[in-house]
This record gives sequence, C-alpha cells and structure tokens, in this order.
Amino acid sequence: MAEPSTHGVPIELRKVTKAFPGGRAPAVRELDLTIAAGEIVVLVGPSGCGKTTTMRMINRLIEPTSGDILIDGRSSRDIDPDLLRRHIGYVIQQAGLFPHMTVASNIAQVPKLLGWDRRRIAERVDELLTLVGLEPATFRDAFPRRLSGGQQQRVGVARALAADPPVLLMDEPFGALDPISRQRLQDELLRLQDDLSKTIVFVTHDIDEALKLGDHIAIMQRPGHIVQYARPAEILTNPADEYVEQFLGAGSSMRLLSLTKVGDIELDQVPYAAEDADARDVLATVERDGRGYALILDGMRRPQRWVTTAHLKGREGPVGMVGDEVSGVIGRRKTLQDALEELLNADTDVVPVTGRHQAYEGALSLATVQNAIQSIKARERERRMVRLGREEGG
Amino acid sequence: MSLSTAAERETIPEPRIGRSWHVVLPPLCYLAVAVAMIAYTQQVPLDGIERGSLNLPFVLRRTWEHVLLVFFSTVLVLAVALPLGIVLTRPGLRRVTPYALALANLGQAIPAVGMVVLLAVLFRIGFWTAVAALFAYSLLPTLRNTMVGLEQVDPRLVDAGRGIGMSAAGVLAKVELPMAVPVILSGVRTTLVLNVGTAGIAAFIGAGGLGDLITAGVSTQRNLVLVTGCVLIAVLALIVDWLGGLAQRLLSPKGLS
Repeated sequence: MAEPSTHGVPIELRKVTKAFPGGRAPAVRELDLTIAAGEIVVLVGPSGCGKTTTMRMINRLIEPTSGDILIDGRSSRDIDPDLLRRHIGYVIQQAGLFPHMTVASNIAQVPKLLGWDRRRIAERVDELLTLVGLEPATFRDAFPRRLSGGQQQRVGVARALAADPPVLLMDEPFGALDPISRQRLQDELLRLQDDLSKTIVFVTHDIDEALKLGDHIAIMQRPGHIVQYARPAEILTNPADEYVEQFLGAGSSMRLLSLTKVGDIELDQVPYAAEDADARDVLATVERDGRGYALILDGMRRPQRWVTTAHLKGREGPVGMVGDEVSGVIGRRKTLQDALEELLNADTDVVPVTGRHQAYEGALSLATVQNAIQSIKARERERRMVRLGREEGG
Repeated sequence: MSLSTAAERETIPEPRIGRSWHVVLPPLCYLAVAVAMIAYTQQVPLDGIERGSLNLPFVLRRTWEHVLLVFFSTVLVLAVALPLGIVLTRPGLRRVTPYALALANLGQAIPAVGMVVLLAVLFRIGFWTAVAALFAYSLLPTLRNTMVGLEQVDPRLVDAGRGIGMSAAGVLAKVELPMAVPVILSGVRTTLVLNVGTAGIAAFIGAGGLGDLITAGVSTQRNLVLVTGCVLIAVLALIVDWLGGLAQRLLSPKGLS
C-alpha cells in the first residue's frame, strides 16, 4: 500500500430513536449499541425491524429523532453530513455503481470530492482494484454494465474504501448475488478485514451470513429494538429468547461446528518422534502409549509419516524413511465442519493438526469431533437449564 | 481471483457512434430535395404573383425567418423547461407537479392557430408574439421529458451518491442529469420538430417564415407556391429531427445501453 491504511474507530449509539412522520410506532426505539473499533457488527432481523434505518442513521442519510451517535467519541451531529459521509464507506445492494461512469471514475468519486490530485487518484484506483481482486488494466476503463454482479460488488467495495475511511457501512451488499459469488465475496471481505481492521456495520436478513461475518451480531426485532447483541457462538449456544431461537431456526449445532475452529477444541495427542530418532526408542514409546502407531516429524516439526509397531519391529538406528506417508493435515484455523469433511475423506482414522509453519500441534479423529459436539450440546443444555431456573425463580 | 476470459471479452471498447460517413447521408438527401424544388421553381415559367413569392432572395429570407422562429422558441423552451423540470422533481415540490403539468398541457391542448391568434389579439402582431405562442405550444414535451427523465433515475443511485458524500446539487449534476439526458433530449427533439411545423402558422400574424409561401399560395390559388412552402417546411423538419437525433446520440452518456 502506498500509505498505511486507517484502522477502525469505535461507534456508539446512545438511546437513538427514529420516528418517521405518519408512522404509528417509531422505526427505531431508544437503541443502545456499542461497536468496538475494528470489528464487524452485523445487524440482522426480518424486514421492517429497523436494521437499515439504524445503519443509515450512522452516516445521517436518516436523521435520528432523538439520541446521539458518537463516532470515535465525536457526536455525528457536529459534523456536516456530506463531509461525514466522505469519511464513511458506503456499500449497497447491487453495488449502486453509476452506470454512466467507468469503473475508475466510480471509484474516484470520493477522492475527487476530497480534492486529491489526479495522479494520486489514478494510483489509488489501481491499488484498490488489485486489492479487491480485479486486474486494473482490464477493468479500469470498463463500464459497470459489462461486469458480472460479483465484479460490480467488488468495485462497490473498492469505491467505499477509496478514501480509506475508518468506518464501512454495508447494506445487504451480497443479497442479490448467486450463492457461489456471495460466499466468495464473504470470504474475501473477511480476508480484507484481516488486513484493514475497519469498523464495519453490516446489515443482512440472512442469519448464516451474519454468523459467518460478524464479530458481534445484533439481532433486531420489530419495532426497532435489539433482542440480543453477542458473539455468534454465544447467540447459537445461548439464544436470548424464543424469538432468537426461531430466527436461528434448526441446525444450531451444525452451525456451531462451522463457527468453531479446530484450534479452539481439545486435540488428541499422539506419540511422535523426529526422523533421526532411534527406531528402538520410537517402538518403546509406541508400545508404552498402547495405540500402536506414532507420527514422524521432520526438522521443522512438519508431519511426514505414520509408523506402526509392524514397521518398527526389528529395526535399529534412525527411523528414516519407514512408514506410510501422511496423506493430509488439518490446519488449526479450519472450522470443525471442514475438519469433519477432511476426516471423512482421509485414509487414516487420525489426521494430524498443524499450526504455524505447518508444525505439528495435535491430532483429530472422528471421536474427537464427536466429543466436541457433545460438549457443545452439554454446554447449551446447561445454559438453558440455568435460564429456565432463573425464569422460574423470577 | 483468476479473471475469466469471458470478462476480458466483455470489456471490448464501446462502439464509436456518429463517426461513420453514412450518418450524414439522410440530411444530404433532404437538402437535395430542397435544392431540386427551388431549382425547379427557378426554371419553369412563372407569372407575376408566383415570381413575387418564389424569387430566391424571398425564399431564403423566409427560410431564415423560419429557422429563427424555431431557434428562439426552442431556446426559450429549454430555458424554462429544464430548470422547471428540475425544480418540480425535487422532493419538496412534488405536490405542485400535477398543476404545472396541467398548465403545460393546456398550452398544447389549445389548437395552434387559436393560440397564435389569441396571443396576437392579446399583445401585438409580430415575430416575438409568434415565438411566445410557439413556446407555449411546445413547452410540454421538453418539460415532461425532463421530469420523467429525472424521475426514472434509479433511487438507489441517488442514495449511493448521497451515501458517499456528494451534495444534493452534486448528485443532480453528476448522476441525475447525465442519466436523464437521453430522455430529456428526446423531449427537446419533439419540441424542435413541433416548432418547425407550427412556425408555419406564424405567417397569420405577420411574423414571416415559410408559412408565408403557404398562405400566399392558398389565397392566390398558386399551387406551386403552396407546394414549395410545404416541401421546404418538411425538409427543415427532417433536418432538424436529424440534428436532434445526432445530438441525442453524441450527448447521451456512454455505458448506458
């Protein structure tokens, strides 16, 4: 990057109310929401729950009736709305690109408003196109109509990032895309966010999208209030009430599998040895362990081969090249769901788990995953009991 | 992400419209018809009355007057209809819209001859009264198309424009007006062609124009004079329509169709 990117800033909504003239109930009612710097917060709920209204009040496309919105500690009321919006990225459904402007010109709009010189803008445009995975030479001078929906949405994200704002507002940006493009763009948003650490407010009605993207999720209910504001795992294991449970629908445990990282559960430990270890010592270790096999690591602690008692019996000196090559490993950042897939396809019942630099960290078997599922379920049950007890007591 | 070859194929340059020579073929044909008509009137034997209406300086002066009538009335229409159309489509003023449109409709609903004569009675005979009548008569197409053109701009684009920090005026200038240009220009084209035709009536109140040939031809029963006037007005209308079409193609923003 030509210049270091601006990281996110905190946003705080204090008792924010919006009543539209003529509407009976306020669209948003005394809403409190604190968004930490650099987090993705997803506002999710059915249509008419006030999620979009809430988001649009942050950049003052809708003026709050009462309450206060603090962006990096400053009340948004004190900032001219047009200036405020130039420092808040804005992405909407189907990108909202200007069809009569080229891709480059679309992206250049905010920098132009901010008075950047032409060379700086041209450099920034190319940099952003590369960042969102579009070849600048191919796409710079194209008109939006000639791009696919996914490509248009990438340009939309690039336009929002153009002036490197600390905050991004995204209003169902991937709603109109086919499932494959949507998933790919979600993944890329997460990848971008790893580097950029913007504060992102993301509106969707798709709970799966919310669970996947959100650091925190605010589940909203008509008329205009938040039912639960928590991390995805907590919402899945401990839904605040029946409404949230209904909204989550069936399959919470499966979803939890896709939220839980391999590194977050307790891994199996199998006996292991270095390539230059003496075969007799390894055999002794394997026999002591009782499982009948061990993992051989190379000098960088990367899993190389499985050796069994049969391989080792009668051998002397370094284990060297004996044994069966490890057919696959699972990265500790993979979700349990992906790990399950790997396990079902693996040649062996046990698959090594690797961390940084592909170094061995532990192992996973179907039984380990099953235990993890059971402990999640037990935790869920326990929490429900606690809640029921609390309700009866109250 | 790997770029598909399809995407690269799709980004071929926009076709360059309005550059090839055959675009100028129609107006050349129109002009040829006019020249042939005038040449014919100069060749055939004419009586005194015909000679008075068909001599070259007279015809050219009347044609020039006709062009001026169309020019001034159209400029007036643009000066009024564009700002009015913009103002009437701003959120605060939507309530006034039906009344403004009704008024513009009234101008066109009154028969053109009646309008011209009415204004001549109210004011005075002459060129500018004719321009005013033409203005009232041809305001509607441009006004309505300006409003329709602005209203059919996708509200999400306006939202996107405001959302990224453009001012209301900025969105109007950079998004709404460019997007509305094709529709507005087709309204202007209608206004122009209407004016060329209706300007023929200006002769009734002594404002000149090619209508003089028609009225003279009718009142003196000289068919050649009448036909010459009609043909020249028709040719003028066709040429103006072609110019309008050209403007529409050249001024419409790229990337829309």
